[in-house]
Amino acid sequence: MIVASLGQPLLYLLVLGFGLGPVFQRAGNGSYIQFVAPGVIGMSVLFTSVFSGIGLLWDRQFGFLKETLVAPVPRVTVMVGKTLGGATVATIQGLIVLIICLVAGFRPINWVMVPIAILFMILTAVVFAGLGVAIGSRLQDIQGMQLIMNFVVLPIYFLSGALFPLTGLPTALGVITRMDPLTYGIDALRNLLIGTSEFTLLVSLIVLSGAALIFVAFGSYSFSKIQL
Amino acid sequence: MIKVENLVKEFGDFKAVDDVSFEVTAGEIFAFLGPNGAGKTTTIKMLTTLLKPTGGKIEIDGLDPARQANEARKRFGIVFQDPSLDQELTAYENMDLHGVLYHVPRKLRHERTEMLLKLFELWDRKDDFVKQFSGGMKRRLEIARGFLHTPKILFLDEPTLGLDPQSRNQLWTHVKNQNQAEHVTVFLTTHYMDEAEKVADRIAIIDHGKIVAQGSPNELKTQTSTDSLEEAYLSLTGSSIRDERADASDQMRQMARMWRK
Repeated sequence: MIVASLGQPLLYLLVLGFGLGPVFQRAGNGSYIQFVAPGVIGMSVLFTSVFSGIGLLWDRQFGFLKETLVAPVPRVTVMVGKTLGGATVATIQGLIVLIICLVAGFRPINWVMVPIAILFMILTAVVFAGLGVAIGSRLQDIQGMQLIMNFVVLPIYFLSGALFPLTGLPTALGVITRMDPLTYGIDALRNLLIGTSEFTLLVSLIVLSGAALIFVAFGSYSFSKIQL
Repeated sequence: MIKVENLVKEFGDFKAVDDVSFEVTAGEIFAFLGPNGAGKTTTIKMLTTLLKPTGGKIEIDGLDPARQANEARKRFGIVFQDPSLDQELTAYENMDLHGVLYHVPRKLRHERTEMLLKLFELWDRKDDFVKQFSGGMKRRLEIARGFLHTPKILFLDEPTLGLDPQSRNQLWTHVKNQNQAEHVTVFLTTHYMDEAEKVADRIAIIDHGKIVAQGSPNELKTQTSTDSLEEAYLSLTGSSIRDERADASDQMRQMARMWRK
């Protein structure tokens, strides 16, 4: 499964990285592959963590969810466990993509910053695993997945500045990107890995932690309300 | 052990369970029978904290499952109508995970897992993945798992659905043995009247959300002046066929089955 889910980030990295590279360079912004690598890492963390949470749907499907729901364990514990489990997988996925980026020619400006970047990956993963569990608790059937993909996950991705710089955007787009938690996750990665950023690390840290708290709380609430 | 008074569950304006009262004493095997859609599973879900009742009172070993959910959950084990095993784990891992969830101490967990898997004749397959098991083996594993944390009550919701007579027979023998060995109260539902007649000490028949008769198999036969429980059942519930509405999760289950194959 991990191998299968590498396809999409690879496409973005290689096709966009090399395809848009010349245009990006002519516009005076330097190497696009350097720029897009943190965005692609953020993307794989986003996708993996949201879908691990939505995996609740499969547990519901195959009945295993009931086994955990009748166990004498507070629902919050189960939910936090699910979130952290999903976040772990998502972080590993992000690391694998980072390694692929390195193979494709990406070079961080300072290797010392890589461990801190990993911490931000973990935080981003927790934010979206929490969101995934909240969604997974509310979804009743598989048809809803497509809806979530098109109206939640993809917008979060495309509006996060993963693919384009945040400076000089039209006002409306600028405002929306600033409301997207993933923007801050990717911006922090750029800050640490390639040294360009829109926000300070502290702002990103505060926004991501806040979003993590809100989503995990919302996820716990939704999870505790599940009735079968 | 189980006490239910004037239990009501409404879904919108549909009354799935309508003013149901019964009592199950400790150590008893109690069968809850009724046609499809009569309210059996809904009642079990309310008894096992999965659904909140609209009205009425439930006591599980003196506890209210709606308010003292975690305490109540420790007292019972349950085998659901549809499988609830983790297919991607082995038989032993499924047992072990259950033991961890129910806070069974490590040593006791291993001892009881071994004892139960041997009893249910699954010990030599303990390291095989559940997805390779036959329907009967999965059911046996689920029942063994239900006994792992020494519950006071075991709920069995149509445990023999889709099993061959051999597996059914064996399964009930094991359940009866466990019931006698550990004084577990058993609350079961089934569509096979011969099973209910053979296994159950007492029976309640539910139809359209209401209990229509209660008593030992013999009392029910006398009450309806029939010779077998099947006839008694049919005379109480009529012989028209009930259509159950398939809900979203049924449809999903069907789809997932297609995907898995």
